[in-house]
Amino acid sequence: MGYSEDEFLLLSGLQHFAFCKRQWALIHIEQQWTENLHTVEGNFMHERAHDSSLTEFRDGILICRGIQVFSRELGITGACDVVEFHPSPDGVPIVGREGLWRPVPIEYKKGRPKEHDADALQLCAQAMCLEKMLVCTIPGGYLFYGETKRRQPVEFTPELRHTVTDMLNEMHMLYHRGYTPKVKPSKSCNACSLIETCLPKLCKNLSAVQYVNKHLKEEDL
Amino acid sequence: MRHLLNTLFVLTEDSYLTLEGENVVVLCESEVRARFPLHTLQAILYFGYKGASPALMGACASRGVTLSFLTSFGKFLAQACGKMQGNVLLRKQQYRLSDSEHDSCQIARHFIIGKVYNCRWILERATRDHAMRVDVARLKKNSLQMAEILSQLAPCSDLDTLRGLEGKAANFYFDVFDELILQNKEHFYFQNRSRRPPRDNVNALLSFAYTLLANDCAAALESVGLDSYVGFLHRDRPGRASLTLDLMEEFRGVYADRFVISLINNREILPKQFEQKENGAVWLNDEGRKAVLSAWQARKKATITHPFLNEKLPWGLVPYVQALLLSRYLRGDLDAYPPFFWK
Ligand code: SF4
Repeated sequence: MGYSEDEFLLLSGLQHFAFCKRQWALIHIEQQWTENLHTVEGNFMHERAHDSSLTEFRDGILICRGIQVFSRELGITGACDVVEFHPSPDGVPIVGREGLWRPVPIEYKKGRPKEHDADALQLCAQAMCLEKMLVCTIPGGYLFYGETKRRQPVEFTPELRHTVTDMLNEMHMLYHRGYTPKVKPSKSCNACSLIETCLPKLCKNLSAVQYVNKHLKEEDL
Repeated sequence: MRHLLNTLFVLTEDSYLTLEGENVVVLCESEVRARFPLHTLQAILYFGYKGASPALMGACASRGVTLSFLTSFGKFLAQACGKMQGNVLLRKQQYRLSDSEHDSCQIARHFIIGKVYNCRWILERATRDHAMRVDVARLKKNSLQMAEILSQLAPCSDLDTLRGLEGKAANFYFDVFDELILQNKEHFYFQNRSRRPPRDNVNALLSFAYTLLANDCAAALESVGLDSYVGFLHRDRPGRASLTLDLMEEFRGVYADRFVISLINNREILPKQFEQKENGAVWLNDEGRKAVLSAWQARKKATITHPFLNEKLPWGLVPYVQALLLSRYLRGDLDAYPPFFWK
């Protein structure tokens, strides 16, 4: 059952996919990547979150940074910015630690909470990986926004989990076919780091055949 | 649209290029001559023999700056390229289509349609702009022949016929090319195309402009992830940048030839900026190369409206946009490759 490691997709792709399917395909299938301000700032945030001091103990809570996670069932792999382990009687045992622990994933995002739920989806997928790896259930986690400096709780509802699995299924299908979907150009295009590579205009069914014929026709005059 | 960054031309033969932090440093006799931040550059063209440090080559490759080595006469030698740009799927599709004569012809035909259309309009423009100075009847006659060839190109579906038609069109075009030269006629005249080596001033200029154009086209193709050595019109031959040659077709006239003609007609290049070698070869001298390169840079900055995308962009990005359109056609976003048409 499940996917082989060869077929694993990057968990971080969920946020691209939620933003725009074509953007995800350009980055993950076609491996086109244009660095711009957004992505550079994003990396910077991550460097700090994935700091080398991997684990620390603070107020009885175990804090782990940059844990690698995966799930064969979902066919994804990635890293969690931060996972806090809270001591709790309904937690799970952890190798090398006394007692029982309840994992709480936390994802750092630059900027502020967004309208679309891409960040929550990504966090939920991380939790679903952790659940498989630790054999436990994780009811919720937090998104931390750099701009507001606030933690926002996210509940991993059945709906959210369904959305994650549905999206991943579609991503695996597209990846398998190596197909870059066309998408209706939208206002998100203006905030898209791949606009120069994507040329969203091409999705409006511009016809190169017509364009060539038009130029050839004017030659008949 | 992507930004047009600078090209750094290094003409001092015995200079050496190194990396210092995020800067490229030009050394002469171990003395620092100049320093440029890498992130402001799109390409470095080095005309010399000492070369560059491996560290700089690596930095250029990883930042997408194309670093090319040319002889001091401007003959292309090599280019530093790092890890291949991602996207094996695109390349595989390119190879697949290239293997099929039929599919290749679909693309090749559009390169040639673009070329003939653009060259024809160079002649037409001359009859309008300089009616008093050029042999209008002769230009019109050849232009009409080229229009006839265009109509035969449209349904053409095999590469040999395509090459034949292209050759015919080129003959009609170069037959009257000399008519376009309106200044310093005693030093600038065109009889026929001589390549290896160029035997007169005009051929020396054309060769140099084609080298610059080839460099721009190769960089554009590689930057969108295509393999510049696997072509559709030009078939595989070891060591030949076939796709670069393909992409150049639609630009030769409209980008390089027109550039050369305006250099001559505006007296931006002068007879004393050439030198003749013992074997009859003619080359630009130092001063001449400098003049051509600065004009080439200026030309790249001029803004145009792209005929297919209907977007304003600098001339210098047109090869890049065409490479991108080609890759988008290969990946199935377009029903054909839209050539660059320019009147
Ligand atoms: S430019 Fe628009 S359509 Fe293209 S990848 Fe970005 S958001 Fe998607």
